Amino acid sequence: MDNFVMYLTVFVLAMFVGFEVITKVPPTLHTPLMSGANAISGITIVGALIASGSENTFLAKVLGLIALIFATINVVGGFLVTHRMLGMFRRKE
Amino acid sequence: MKEVLVNLAYLISASLFIFGLKNLSHPRTAVRGNMIGALGMLVAVLVTLLDRRIVDITTIIVGLTTGAVVGTVLALRVQMTAMPQLVAVFNGLGGGASALVAGTALYESLSGGGEPGFWFTASVVASGIIGAVTFFGSGVAFGKLQGIIKERPIRYSGEQVVKAVVFGLALFAGLLLIKNPDRTALYWVMILFSSVLGVLLTIAIGGADMPVVIALLNSYSGLAASATGFVLENSALIISGSLVGASGMILTNLMCKAMNRSLLNVLFGGFGEVVSTEEDIYEGKVKATSPEEVALILETARRVVIVPGYGMAVAQAQYAVRDLYNLLESRGVEVEFGIHPVAGRMPGHMNVLLAEVDIPYDKMKELEEINPTFEQTDVVIVIGANDVVNPLANTDPKSPIAGMPVLEVWKAKTVVVIKRSLSPGFAGVPNPLFAMDNTLMLFMDAKKAVQEIVNALKESS
Repeated sequence: MDNFVMYLTVFVLAMFVGFEVITKVPPTLHTPLMSGANAISGITIVGALIASGSENTFLAKVLGLIALIFATINVVGGFLVTHRMLGMFRRKE
Repeated sequence: MKEVLVNLAYLISASLFIFGLKNLSHPRTAVRGNMIGALGMLVAVLVTLLDRRIVDITTIIVGLTTGAVVGTVLALRVQMTAMPQLVAVFNGLGGGASALVAGTALYESLSGGGEPGFWFTASVVASGIIGAVTFFGSGVAFGKLQGIIKERPIRYSGEQVVKAVVFGLALFAGLLLIKNPDRTALYWVMILFSSVLGVLLTIAIGGADMPVVIALLNSYSGLAASATGFVLENSALIISGSLVGASGMILTNLMCKAMNRSLLNVLFGGFGEVVSTEEDIYEGKVKATSPEEVALILETARRVVIVPGYGMAVAQAQYAVRDLYNLLESRGVEVEFGIHPVAGRMPGHMNVLLAEVDIPYDKMKELEEINPTFEQTDVVIVIGANDVVNPLANTDPKSPIAGMPVLEVWKAKTVVVIKRSLSPGFAGVPNPLFAMDNTLMLFMDAKKAVQEIVNALKESS
């Protein structure tokens, strides 16, 4: 319970940070911001690594492995495609 | 001691995510921002691999390699026109992974012999519901964008009641699970209802509202990760997840504003039913034109604005548009692009397509920037856009699109609308622009039309 309140505090503060940090995004960046942020949400990969790599029942391991594959696609694909997109945006020289 | 170091490393990676997102929202620093984010992820993954609980590295290698190969292939091979689908897929996978990790954590905690606590199970429930809704919601969004599922909203009587009941059932299963955490079957019952809910929520939403849905699912994928962070008591997940949740909400809000509609109205409102009475506002007033005639008008133009819509993406016309842009610029014509925030199927869709064909981004103007310039514009070329250039939004308070900010193209000297027919746009309302005195309709496929205009221009010189 004590821990929960502490984590809730972290959650709420991080939300505020998010709203403050991401201000006035120009439309050009809407898609890259979205796909870049999405890659960051792949942080769940941390949980997937532990789930698939630790001593576990067979079922839990299988679920963990699926989660790991999903999350890795999300992370690797997300950062790469964002990079590729951003590379296309340029000013007129 | 070691645990302290691990948590410090997670703190570093969370800080890198904050820096990354900050940089990602400014054009000049965006590339760096994305890299900082990736670095943060690398730190998080490496430090997790040092965790003493990890004993089976083979499974991890299999998972990481498979995921990395699939992710790389998807990211490098996707066509820019298919970007909305890919973003939908990635959102869904993130949400799905979070739900699965939460489920595994539940099994793990039970096999340890202990009784899972209230907050633990409550977090598992939250993660499971949000994750499953995200996964299946994104799946349906993908299907619609890919053309596998009908793009028109699927609506039926009593649909809001059905959704409420399904949500209620998911929640009920979740509450039972919190009371009896050892009955793991309840987890899957909950996942089942949440999945159905995800499908029901998105199937009711039509193509033109996709930008809102994609942004919203983006936000959910973050919130699911955050909920999983509560399950694992891992603040890196909580922080990163809520950052993404916030960023998705900001985009969702921007998209809703661009349509002058509330989020509730987009999700549950009756938009997309064909309300048009088809009274003949077009009769005898529509003037059709030919590529040659358009070329002739462009000969004497000094300022041209191109307004792209989803039709440009469907017809893959962006390369032809680039040729037209280059040709006009080389003749000293000032060319700019007027881009509506919800043009296309995801936030920033048109910008990505134009960037792909090397249109400099300072030529892509936002609604507020371009609207005051239409009066000094000789020719506006509307390519596959409809509702976002509909004057009814300003004039008819009863119209479904009333109050939606639109591109006021009719103020230009001549408007050329490239469109295959007079069929109404997504909102189901006719567009008086097509019947205006200064409007010419070019009834053709967007790509072919622009190519033929370019050819006619070249021949005449």
